[in-house]
Amino acid sequence: MTADIHAQAHAHGQAPGPGARGGHVEVSDGDGWTTVCPVTDLIPGRGVAALVGGRQVAVFLDRDGAVYAVDNYDPFSEAYVISRGIVGTRGGIPVVASPMFKQAFDLRTGLCLDTDDEPVALAVFETRLRAAVAEVA
Amino acid sequence: MIESSPTSIPAGSPATSRKRLVLVGHGMVGQRFLEALFDRDGSDAWQVTVLCEEPRAAYDRVHLTSYFSGTTAEGLSMVPEGFMEEHGVVLRLGAPAESVDREARTVTARGGEVFPYDALVLATGSYPFVPPVPGHDADGCFVYRTIEDLEAIEAWAKGSRVGAVVGGGLLGLEAAGALKAMGLDTHVVEFAPRLMAIQVDEGGGDALRRKIEELGVTVHTGAGTQEIGVGEDGRAATMSLSNGATLDVDLVIFSAGVRPRDQLARDCGLTVGERGGIAVDATCLTSDPSIWAIGECAMATDGRVYGLVAPGYQMAETVAHELTGGSGSFTGADTSTKLKLLGVDVASFGDAHGTAEGCLEVLYANSRAGVYKKLVISPEGKLLGGVLVGDAAQYDLLRPICLAGADLPAAPEQLVLPEGAGGPVAIGASALPDAAVVCSCHNVTKGAIRAAVTDTGCADVPAVKKCTRAGTGCGSCVKMLTTIVNDELVANGAEVSKGLCEHFEHTRAELFEIVQVRGITSFARLIDEHGTGQGCDICKPAVASILASLSNGHILDGEQASLQDTNDHFLANLQRNGSYSVVPRIPGGEITPEGLIVIGEIARDFGLYTKITGGQRIDMFGASVDQLPLIWKRLVDAGFESGHAYGKALRTVKSCVGETWCRYGVQDSVGLAIELELRYRGLRSPHKLKSAVSGCARECAEAQSKDFGVIATSNGWNLYVGGNGGMTPRHADLLAADLDRETLLRTIDRFLMFYIRTADRLERTAPWVERMEGGLDHLRAVVMDDSLGICDDLDELMQRHVETYEDEWRATLDDPDRLRRFVSFVNAPGTPDPSVTFVPERDQIRPAKPGENGTTLPTAGLIAGPTLEVRTS
Repeated sequence: MTADIHAQAHAHGQAPGPGARGGHVEVSDGDGWTTVCPVTDLIPGRGVAALVGGRQVAVFLDRDGAVYAVDNYDPFSEAYVISRGIVGTRGGIPVVASPMFKQAFDLRTGLCLDTDDEPVALAVFETRLRAAVAEVA
Repeated sequence: MIESSPTSIPAGSPATSRKRLVLVGHGMVGQRFLEALFDRDGSDAWQVTVLCEEPRAAYDRVHLTSYFSGTTAEGLSMVPEGFMEEHGVVLRLGAPAESVDREARTVTARGGEVFPYDALVLATGSYPFVPPVPGHDADGCFVYRTIEDLEAIEAWAKGSRVGAVVGGGLLGLEAAGALKAMGLDTHVVEFAPRLMAIQVDEGGGDALRRKIEELGVTVHTGAGTQEIGVGEDGRAATMSLSNGATLDVDLVIFSAGVRPRDQLARDCGLTVGERGGIAVDATCLTSDPSIWAIGECAMATDGRVYGLVAPGYQMAETVAHELTGGSGSFTGADTSTKLKLLGVDVASFGDAHGTAEGCLEVLYANSRAGVYKKLVISPEGKLLGGVLVGDAAQYDLLRPICLAGADLPAAPEQLVLPEGAGGPVAIGASALPDAAVVCSCHNVTKGAIRAAVTDTGCADVPAVKKCTRAGTGCGSCVKMLTTIVNDELVANGAEVSKGLCEHFEHTRAELFEIVQVRGITSFARLIDEHGTGQGCDICKPAVASILASLSNGHILDGEQASLQDTNDHFLANLQRNGSYSVVPRIPGGEITPEGLIVIGEIARDFGLYTKITGGQRIDMFGASVDQLPLIWKRLVDAGFESGHAYGKALRTVKSCVGETWCRYGVQDSVGLAIELELRYRGLRSPHKLKSAVSGCARECAEAQSKDFGVIATSNGWNLYVGGNGGMTPRHADLLAADLDRETLLRTIDRFLMFYIRTADRLERTAPWVERMEGGLDHLRAVVMDDSLGICDDLDELMQRHVETYEDEWRATLDDPDRLRRFVSFVNAPGTPDPSVTFVPERDQIRPAKPGENGTTLPTAGLIAGPTLEVRTS
């Protein structure tokens, strides 16, 4: 039933459903959609970095097939490394742990779960899967 | 160190409105006094000046001998960095106090500088007693008290063949051990009829003597030193003993006891004891109401001068309380001791010599095994004291019972018998009464520890340590402390969760068993069947490590790729700006000039920063993820392989040059180090593993600070385990001596696999050995005598590791799928990460700091082109 759907928007990590496997992951910076990679290139539980409208974005796929995109900039270490963190859950919340100092960030909201002081959050980006049939050669 | 003169403080500043405290002497007790003082509210009333005779601030004299096994003067320092500055203490080094004017309340230091005081604390310590025999001041005669003494002994020993130690007490035996380790023929001359006469009885002395003699030290007891014969060159040449013997000697160390340094006090008219020591009351106040005395220079109200550090610490605490509006008291101390002398456990506590009226003895002596245990029991059955030689495992339990006057948890004979001969019964911390002192350094009772858990709410051992200070002195009680804390937590119904994280209720060791027994090869199956949720950055790498330890293929294949920390994921070490460093393996630290040139060329071509590591290899910094395969292609082509600097795995086996070149070496340490490094390379473990091999007892490779270290002997190899450098250094324990190569390898195989199987996540071998029930004896029984019947299994696991090892980098270069991940941006391969920037420093690069205008990768880094041909071999 998904064969004729060219584009399917997923706000913050909605599971794309089995039919969308094989499509391309796209991320929006607000001004338009940028193709990141075929979803099959993502390893569940792992991330990649992509350039989206000149910004560095970390894109993750979790074990349930949901795709998330947050800012690649780690505010604690001031380095662009979030995409290299490990994805998991904390109390049911999908998180990525910074590979530098291990703070966990909620993948849905970007909010850091490991700071008592001022709230710290990563920017969150909208993602969608575009079915493979629409791929431009 | 602050060296400013107190008189330079401007008048009217807050500093001068404070009262002036002068501390004379900056040894261990002096430093403890300062720490105790500044720990307390009210310490800011004092402007403190410290006069220190030695050229360096307080250091750990108790562990002085470790200076010979590689601990540096800095390593022995007792003063936390910035301590003096933080508390505004004026520390004058090399400035001993020469006189005290009690009327004017001033102290005059060497050089004539005068320091006024409102309170004066004397912590002048003691001096070594040198018997006034002829020749005692000849060249080549030393005492054993300061780092300078040890430096002089070390220098003199280089040209010496025979050394003699006068005094068979604790320090004398340590000195003898040090001489022996430096390769000297060593004699110990003791006036008393036995060694360590103060601490142990005749039976214990005999057992100790046999053990010491087994190590090749010649012991002369009941022998006084009558004369040191001096050669024409002014050097000590012979030593005449009262039993008629004469020894040829090149070096003599006097270690015949210490005397309190009370001259300063005598000169200013303070009351001193008949046999020395500044007389103090229960608050450590001297006969002058403005002057206190603490430590080895003081004579307590019980008329004794305590030469141990723990009573000195108690006195320091007492005075710190007194000076900050509190009150303290010191009226005498427990002189129980437990120590390891030349590898022999010796302990004595309470009425060790059985002097109480009507007391009875329960004895176990086994001279074949070198064990001697004596308990002194009152007619009513209370434990009064004891001596333990060769096996002091029960000291931690018996001493508190003895001091608290508690009932014995079992019949005394059961407590001295060895395992398998009717004893020992399983008794633990639960047998201790609340009044029992668990930490004698800080005088903390079991009751206080329980209260810290139950009343204060401390939830783990670190919290209890912080709250009570228990276990933060010599550390010998930490095991007992941990048991008490955990027992108390359990008793309170607190769930002492041993689970790895919220996704697994199992410990790492349990998960290892599950994975191995069930033949699980994926995280997905493990968490689905034995855990909950999706996992996290704690359990994923831990499980990845378990899977890798059980040789489950390349760590970047399939699902395993998603479990790895970024270091393992890129097979490189993440650095502060998001760049990575690269470390090729250099087994044993041996490298050809060609190898060095290749590394140099690669680093130059890619513009990398290079540094020699502590593990005898070369680290190249500043690579972007795109560059890693290009760098590694060239390294692999030149014959290098992964050094696993990024993994919780074997890092390096460091070595000294050994007998091949070194004139002192007795075995080929480099050859063995290379063999070990190649055998265990790539072995994934709960934490990183470090090793070293030394070619002789001089121990230049620092093997005793490694997870497993090997030291050559003339008969084979000594194997040490559980050592650690880093934040909590630990000296390794001797697991087995004089092993042949084959037995050595087998023992290390089993040690490592047993560790991998049973350790917690991120637990180094040092704490693992430390917490092992049954201690080192148990470990030895498991890996050498197969007491658990698991050695076949351990051997097989290691065999599998050795057979299936492959270089992770070569295997990565061979596989296009694995290689594809090495891009900065998945949708723009070949575009370097613009955020990874560098600036020049000392002719190399370093990461640009935020705000600095750095440049991206040096262009030379991409001369090999952004694509890489995949090998097909």
